Amino acid sequence: MSTATEKSIEKLKMRAAAEGLLDVAYTTADSPFGPLLLAKTERGLVRVGLPNQDADELLVDLAARVSPRVLEAPKELDEVRRELDLYFEGKLDRFDLPLDWRLSGGFRQRVLRAIDRIPYGQTRSYTEMARKAGNERAVRAAGTACGSNPIPLVVPCHRVLRTGGALGGYGGGLPMKEGLLELEGVLDGKRKP
Amino acid sequence: MTALPPFQTILDEHSAAVMAILQGAVGRDSADDCFQETFLAALRAYPKLGDASNLRGWLLTIAHRKAIDHHRARGRAPIPVAEVREVAVEDGIPEHDPGLWAAVGALPPKQRAAVALRYGSDLPHGEIAAALGCSPEAARRSLHEGLKRLRKELA
Repeated sequence: MSTATEKSIEKLKMRAAAEGLLDVAYTTADSPFGPLLLAKTERGLVRVGLPNQDADELLVDLAARVSPRVLEAPKELDEVRRELDLYFEGKLDRFDLPLDWRLSGGFRQRVLRAIDRIPYGQTRSYTEMARKAGNERAVRAAGTACGSNPIPLVVPCHRVLRTGGALGGYGGGLPMKEGLLELEGVLDGKRKP
Repeated sequence: MTALPPFQTILDEHSAAVMAILQGAVGRDSADDCFQETFLAALRAYPKLGDASNLRGWLLTIAHRKAIDHHRARGRAPIPVAEVREVAVEDGIPEHDPGLWAAVGALPPKQRAAVALRYGSDLPHGEIAAALGCSPEAARRSLHEGLKRLRKELA
């Protein structure tokens, strides 16, 4: 692509943002676990794609479920990237980012909002999350809600374990869940599930 | 109905073609302005676009309209001259007939784009085919069908 076209595209994205036509802005960011996809709306961070997830599929899904006005606009996600970088360096124990919860509804959203309040370096069980969301017996549904978390890392579903301390599952794969818990000092790094 | 892809895909796939056509239609200096207008208009309309089967033709039709707007705006701007001619100029860009362009606008997308690119942007068949992402034969057919329909509508 010519430089003239690239410049025109940069300008277009700034104008689209200024005119409220940028419904979903996204970028990719490096992490110790691989590349992440970050997407936000005017309400806040709406999607974090983990390294093992197909970014193109996530974007198609966002186009269908949020708005097809999806544009790559890294600048819009500067603050998200900055906080994630600090988190991975172990220098940030609480994200201060507006979140857009629209991709989860009902019970799932209540579970995820409860997870959002688990402090750094602590863990909870799926049962506790089900109780916090208003239905102690819906443990399996609470597990599903964790598994379908559209904003992992920032909404820390990696801090939810099985009763008794087994790791349970993780959308980004169990090694990543272990790595995050080690980073937060919950696992000592030698323990195997 | 085909689902609308993320708009970024459209930019990735078609922005170079749109820029090339606009540079041809309005010149290098004005191409960026028309490019901005084209894609902002496309972004505004995109969520309500019912048919995602010919995004390229849709986009190029918008680009073409923006190029016409550009020429019209320039046509209205007074051109400073040393001496005012007393005889009417017979040649030059003919007055656009609103009825004709409304009929063009009502054509199916492929035919509309083919007609607009041929007679508005003055592109040869080969380039129309490239712009529409089809074979020259298919471009020729779309153009032919479009003209046939226009003749019938306007007769």
